Amino acid sequence: MASSTLGIIFSNIQEKNVPELSKRRTMASIPFAGRYRLIDFGLSNMVNAGITAVGIVTKNNYQSLIDHLGSGKDWDLARKGGGIILLPPYSSEMEAPYTTRLEALMGVSGFLSSRREEYVVIYDCDGVARIDLADMLRFHEENNADVTMAYSEQNTIESHYFMTIEPDQTGRVKRVNITPRVDGKTKFNLYINVMIIKREYLLDILQAAVQRGQTSFGRDILAKNVDDMRIFGYKFDGYYAGIDSLQGYFKHSMEQLDKKVRDELYGARDIYTKVGDTAPTKYLEGAVVKNSLIADGCTIEGTVENSILFRGVKVGKGTVIKNSVIMQKTVIGSNVKLDSVITDKNVVIRDRRNLSGCAELPYFVAKGTML
Amino acid sequence: MQRKKECVAMLLAGGQGSRLYALTNKIAKPAVPFGAKYRIIDFPLSNCINSGIDTVGVLTQYEPLELNEYVGNGQPWDLDRSFGGVHILSPYQAKKKSSWYEGTANAIYQNMNFMKKYNPDYVLILSGDHIYKMDYAAMLNAHKKTGADCTIAAIEVPIEEASRFGILNVNDDGSIYQFEEKPKKPKSNLASMGIYIFTADKLYKYLEADDQNPSSSKDFGKDVLPTMLNAGEKMFSYIFKGYWKDVGTISSLWESNMDLLGSEPAFDVADPDWKIHSRSPLAPPVYVGTTGKVVNSMIALGCEINGLVERSVLSCNVVVEKGAVVRDSVIMANTVVKSGATVNYSIVDENVVIEAATVGEAKEAAQGIAVLGAGITISAGAKVKGGEILDKDYKGE
Repeated sequence: MASSTLGIIFSNIQEKNVPELSKRRTMASIPFAGRYRLIDFGLSNMVNAGITAVGIVTKNNYQSLIDHLGSGKDWDLARKGGGIILLPPYSSEMEAPYTTRLEALMGVSGFLSSRREEYVVIYDCDGVARIDLADMLRFHEENNADVTMAYSEQNTIESHYFMTIEPDQTGRVKRVNITPRVDGKTKFNLYINVMIIKREYLLDILQAAVQRGQTSFGRDILAKNVDDMRIFGYKFDGYYAGIDSLQGYFKHSMEQLDKKVRDELYGARDIYTKVGDTAPTKYLEGAVVKNSLIADGCTIEGTVENSILFRGVKVGKGTVIKNSVIMQKTVIGSNVKLDSVITDKNVVIRDRRNLSGCAELPYFVAKGTML
Repeated sequence: MQRKKECVAMLLAGGQGSRLYALTNKIAKPAVPFGAKYRIIDFPLSNCINSGIDTVGVLTQYEPLELNEYVGNGQPWDLDRSFGGVHILSPYQAKKKSSWYEGTANAIYQNMNFMKKYNPDYVLILSGDHIYKMDYAAMLNAHKKTGADCTIAAIEVPIEEASRFGILNVNDDGSIYQFEEKPKKPKSNLASMGIYIFTADKLYKYLEADDQNPSSSKDFGKDVLPTMLNAGEKMFSYIFKGYWKDVGTISSLWESNMDLLGSEPAFDVADPDWKIHSRSPLAPPVYVGTTGKVVNSMIALGCEINGLVERSVLSCNVVVEKGAVVRDSVIMANTVVKSGATVNYSIVDENVVIEAATVGEAKEAAQGIAVLGAGITISAGAKVKGGEILDKDYKGE
C-alpha cells in the first residue's frame, strides 16, 4: 500500500456541528482524549497503513493546526517528496475559499494531478476510530470499485449534514441518502466520511463537475450516479465516535474512560501526536484521582473523578472535579466544584467557584475565559 | 571565512557506572532513566542548548547501543544542525593505532579532530552523571573575564563530606592554587563538579603533552589539571549555586528522584525558564482507575494505576494493578506490578514483572534500597529484602 496511496484530510468540514469548539480552531485541531487532536486519529490510521504523503486541506482558523503539525516529524511524516503537505484555501484554481467539499477538491486538483499515487483516501476529522485503511484498500481493489465508502451502523446522529448508504449483499451501494430523517431507534448505515477513490478517476469527476457546474460531491456525484459508478460500502465494525455536537463530544470523551475503548484505540498500534517537553504530572498530598485520564504537566492537589485532564492543568486544594473535560493549561483554584463541565484551553477558574451542567448539556467555558 | 563555533561541548558518557549495579548491566550510566520521563543525559544536553551551545560531542564506550539510539540525531534537544549539533563519538580505529578510551583526558585527546573541525575558542568538558540545571554561558563569561586558561565549576559541599570530592583550594579572587583529590583533611569545601572550560589552544597543548607522558593515567583530575597548575597556567574556580547531584550510586539516584516530588520540590523539572528537553515517548494519558490512589508522586504518560502509589516516581507505561502497593520507590518504564504485590523503598528497572511478591521493606525499617534489574520476573510469594540487588528471575527461597 505504501507509496500507492495518497491521503487527503479535510480539516474544516463538519465544524458547524461543534461551533463552541471550532470557533477559534479547525475541526482537525479540536483536543480529544487528554493529549490528542482529532486529526491525530486519521493521520495515524494513514501512517499505520504505510501512507507517506498526506495533503491537508485547510480553509480558515488553521493557525493551531499548523502549530500542531509542525514539520510532520511526530507522525514520521517529515519526508522527501511527500510527508505532510498543507493545502491552503487560496489556490490558483479558485478565486475564493471553497464552500463545499467538491469545490475544495477542485481547489486542490492541481496538487492531485501532480501526484503519482494510484489511490486517494479522503478523510474528515469528525470521527475517532481505528480504521485499518490497508484492509479497506484491499476491499476496494477486490471489488474493482470506483469509490469505497466506510460506514458504521448507528441509530442516532446530530450532524447538520451527513450521508447514509444502502449497500446490497455484495457491498455495492444502491442508494446514497443525504441527511435523511432518523428516528433515534432504527439502525442506519452512516457514512463515516472516509473514502477511497482512484486518483485519476477523481480528477475525471472533478473536471466533469466543473463543466457541469456541480457543487455537491454527495448530492450531485455520489447520490446521482449510484447506478453508473461502482460505489462500495466498507463496513467498519469497531468503535466509532462521531463528533457531531458538543454533547456528542462530551459523551465520546467520557467513553475514553472505558478500558475496552482505550485498548482498541491506543492499544494495538500507536496514535501519533505532537510531543513536547512537558514535565510529568505531579500528584501532591491530598490528591484523589478516580476513573480519570490525566495527561502530562498537571499538578493535582484536589479530587478528580470520571474526568479527563489535558496537559498542564492545575487542580487546587479542596477542589472537586467530576464528570468533566478540562483542556490544556486550565488553572482551577482551591475549593472549586465542577460537575459535567467542559473548559476549553487556558481557562482560569478562581477559588470557590461552583459550576455544573449535566450529561445532556455540559457547561461549556470558552477558551481563555476567567471565571 | 572559515566557519567556527565559539564553544564546543564534549560530554564524557562512556562510564560504566558500576556503582549502579544491575541498573547499568546493559546501558551506559547517562542513559539511565530518571524522573519519570527523562534520562540522566537530558540534563547536560538541555543545559547545553539552553546555554546557547549547539555543538556537542558525546563520547561513548561502555554499552553504547541504547544511548546512541536515545540521542539519535539530537532533534529532541534542538541539536540537529547542519553545522554543529550533537554527535556520538565512539572509539575508532586510526591509521597508526586504535584503542579504547583510556581515561577522560585520553577520550578527549582521541577526538581532537572533531573539536578542531569547529575551530572553537573554548571547549567545555562535561560528564554525564549529574542532575542539575546550569547556565554554561555564565561560566563561559566568567572564564573570558578572568582570562583564565581553564575554569573549573565548583560547588560548596558540607565540610564533613568534602573528603569524598576533588577539592579546590582558591585565593580570594577565585584563582586556584591547589587541587586535592579526596583529601583526608580538606582545607576547603569547594568541590569540583567535573565541569571544565578550557581555552582551546591550551587544552590541545596539554592533551598532546599528556599523551606523550607514559606515566600519566590520562585523567583530567589526576593528570592534566595538576600539570597545568604546576606549569603556572591561569586556573580559576567558578562557583555554582543550586541543585547538583551526582546520581552515580543507588541511594543518590533514589534521593534525586524523590527530590522532584512535592509542591516545592528541591529540584524542579517543570521550570518554564529552563526546560528539560527529552526524547518523549508516545503514550496515551495516564489512567487512574476507581480503585487507584496516587499521592505525592510523579507519573509519566501511559501508566495505568489501579492500586496505591505513594511517594514514588513512575516512568511510562507502568501498570499497578488493583490491590498492589508501591511506596517510596522508583519504577521504570513498562514494569508491571501485579495484584497482591508490595513494593517498598526500591528501584525497579524497565520491563520487570512483579507478581504477588514483596519487594523491599518499609523505608524506616529497611536495610537499604532493593534493586531489580531490567526484564526480570519476581514470582508470587517471593520476598526480596531491602538492600538486595537482583538481575535474574527470582522465585524466592
